[in-house]
Amino acid sequence: MKLTLKVWRQDGNDSDGRFENYELDGVSEDSSFLEMMDQLNEQLLSQGIEPVLFDHDCREGICGTCSLTINGYAHGPEDSTTTCQLHMRKFRDGETITIEPFRAKAFPVVRDLVVDRSAFDRITQAGGFITVRTGSAPDGNALPVAKSDSDKAMDAAACIGCGACVASCKNASAMLFTSAKAGHLNLLPQGQAEKDKRVLAMVSAMDEAGFGNCRNYGECSAACPKDISLDYIAKLNRDHAKAKIKKFFS
Amino acid sequence: MNLNSKIPEGPISDKWDNHRFSSKLVNPANKRKFRIIVVGSGLAGGSAAATLGELGYHVDCFCYQDSPRRAHSIAAQGGINAAKNYQNDGDSIYRLFYDTVKGGDFRSREANVYRLAQNSTNIIDQCVAQGVPFAREYGGLLANRSFGGAQVSRTFYARGQTGQQLLLGAYSALSRQISAGQVKMHTRSEMLDLVVVDGHAKGIITRNLATGEIKAWTADAVLLCTGGYGNVYYLSTNAIGCNVTATYRAYRRGAGFANPCFTQIHPTCIPVSGDHQSKLTLMSESLRNDGRVWVPKNPEDCNKDPNEISENDRDYYLERKYPSFGNLAPRDISSRSAKEACDEGRGVGPGGRGVYLDFADSISRLGESTIRERYGNLFQMYERITGENAYKRPMRIYPAIHYTMGGLWVDYNLMTTIPGCFALGEANFSDHGANRLGASALMQGLSDGYFVIPYTIGDYLASTGAGSISPDSSEVKEVMESVRQRIDLLTSCKGNRSSRSYHKQLGQIMWESAGMARNAPGLEKAIGQIQDLRDDFEKNLLVPGNSSNLNAELERAGRVRDFLDFGELLCRDALERNESCGGHFREEFQTEEGEATRDDENFAHAAVWEYKGDGSVPARHQEELKYENVKLAVRSYK
Repeated sequence: MKLTLKVWRQDGNDSDGRFENYELDGVSEDSSFLEMMDQLNEQLLSQGIEPVLFDHDCREGICGTCSLTINGYAHGPEDSTTTCQLHMRKFRDGETITIEPFRAKAFPVVRDLVVDRSAFDRITQAGGFITVRTGSAPDGNALPVAKSDSDKAMDAAACIGCGACVASCKNASAMLFTSAKAGHLNLLPQGQAEKDKRVLAMVSAMDEAGFGNCRNYGECSAACPKDISLDYIAKLNRDHAKAKIKKFFS
Repeated sequence: MNLNSKIPEGPISDKWDNHRFSSKLVNPANKRKFRIIVVGSGLAGGSAAATLGELGYHVDCFCYQDSPRRAHSIAAQGGINAAKNYQNDGDSIYRLFYDTVKGGDFRSREANVYRLAQNSTNIIDQCVAQGVPFAREYGGLLANRSFGGAQVSRTFYARGQTGQQLLLGAYSALSRQISAGQVKMHTRSEMLDLVVVDGHAKGIITRNLATGEIKAWTADAVLLCTGGYGNVYYLSTNAIGCNVTATYRAYRRGAGFANPCFTQIHPTCIPVSGDHQSKLTLMSESLRNDGRVWVPKNPEDCNKDPNEISENDRDYYLERKYPSFGNLAPRDISSRSAKEACDEGRGVGPGGRGVYLDFADSISRLGESTIRERYGNLFQMYERITGENAYKRPMRIYPAIHYTMGGLWVDYNLMTTIPGCFALGEANFSDHGANRLGASALMQGLSDGYFVIPYTIGDYLASTGAGSISPDSSEVKEVMESVRQRIDLLTSCKGNRSSRSYHKQLGQIMWESAGMARNAPGLEKAIGQIQDLRDDFEKNLLVPGNSSNLNAELERAGRVRDFLDFGELLCRDALERNESCGGHFREEFQTEEGEATRDDENFAHAAVWEYKGDGSVPARHQEELKYENVKLAVRSYK
């Protein structure tokens, strides 16, 4: 395949970015999108141009490191797929592909296509845990958990923290991520003791990080490589309202 | 080199208890006087950092990823073993211990493995309490599945993403300690050297990958939880960033490296599709329950549509060679048989490196919907990567490097031969011998981090007392200077070859000569080839840009440089181990039927390598392994 790649290049968050066009020939349909980027970088290296930086690691769709907005879609046009699992047979020979970073105020650009998603870590640090001292846990079967609750918690826990939800939202809201993380724990009996504190803390950490408000556009869930449902946002809204009311009256 | 394993006295079931009682303690008020460095944030590092922080130590935790939640433990699919015996099917701590020692082909340390089996039950309790959403039965209790190498059902799992869920559990515990101020997290930070002062590990040197800043960190102890070295083969199921630098640099500073030749090859991965390939993807081994493995009998049929090859012209080689285990023969044996078939020119797909895994029989017997129910997600993943529909056409699979059993030598306390430097998880060598059983890697990482190191580090710290050195001291500055020089060498070369091209070439040499089957002439040749490649690297490497900002080429060049040295060490170890055991198959040591021949008389030991300087051959030491509880026996799967 022969491709024209329109790639966003930026030296740092404080510098201006720009698109650069690169021609790339001899791309195999069997290669993954990131392998195509590897090939581009080998070519740039031989031309004396600095390779394009992008985040990636496991390349099997689970670590959540890879990002990229491809032709306007976070993780590209294929449903339920991370960029690393996207393959070039999904593109046409001769196509021009636009490649940008995940854009959001709360995700400052580090360089080129690499962004800083540490805001997600801060949301988890605020309350995305169950306080349990190592060694103090009761037997694993001491507390039965209804299979339906456990399955719903698992659906939420499948979030890989990639940030596609933020990148695809007009408001760059992190509600889908935060609601998946809070929902996973709030749905389990183990997570009940800290539930109110958790939702209040996580939502305020999310706001402090500079993410926008949720308007229920639903772009986040459509872009999510793990198909996290909008239901978790509704649940977080409910849990948050309840926690605020309880706090007001306590 | 002092290889005192410090195995406690007493019967095997009492050793850990006895040891915990006789270990010195650090009084709670004194814990805050100690600083501990944890390198790596996977299951071992994340759980260790969280637990040590919770105990009151000051912890600095480092990872090269942009978040501790992305460490490669996350990619584990199958599950985690524990001797809970919830199925009432005859499991026990002793049985898990026995299976692990036997599965490791009698090259692991009994006392460590027993402790691992003991801790396994606590791990499940801990993870459930953290909210890890393990699979459950309709009654609300935990579900189990079976796994290779065991006759009981003891594997706990969270769909096909057990690794991610356990890591998120450890990460949540770590996050709690970060917000409590007990752990300081340093992301996008790569350890480039270990600081050893008066024989004790006292700190590390890191490079901030985003800013390029080289910085020294000092502490009272250093924990290396940096995973395995499978990427020395270039193509593996490891993440792209996984590397050997931390453990290899510790080796150069005096830590013994044990059994580097013990590498595990997983039989069911998606084959290489072309030159562009950057990594290999694993398909769960469970597929072999319903798929039949075959290749064409005649090499000229290899390019035909598999559905047009008649039954008579197919060779179901596993069923033919191992009638009682058939398609479920163990990992090492299935992998080797696939290689043999391809070496005979009967491989299929690009480059002739693949065999068929055919579901047609199961589909006609059980119906497509049953197969879809069992393996739907795997068939989908296969289609995404290969563009082929495995319901209509047999899957192509081929073995790939997956895990490394070798690692830094550690004693019972998980301390390397450098006092104060510990190694946890895949980075150490002690628990899996020459072959790891499925669902045991997650168990070991969490056992080491949650339940071993919190006790054993106290003994070391209480003996030495608090007193980390200043990052400005001359010993630290010296190491820092050497790191700077190494980086300058990489950036100043300005040749014409990328580090990736060297990595690829090294991987080809390793796979060819030190992969699934090894022999002495091949290994000797590989050592020469690696040395030549290293010379070429030093002359012709091209690293663009500079070292003062994010520079992926520079990162890779540093890692490849260490892999070039380490690959040679791996080959040397394979050359010296004149036997076949577990993942190490030497063609000279096999029976007439092609089965591995272990040599317990001469090789029932861990081979521990001591660095002797660049250009010098490292020294090989031995820790004799004593089997007092499990009787040494030959594995047979006929």
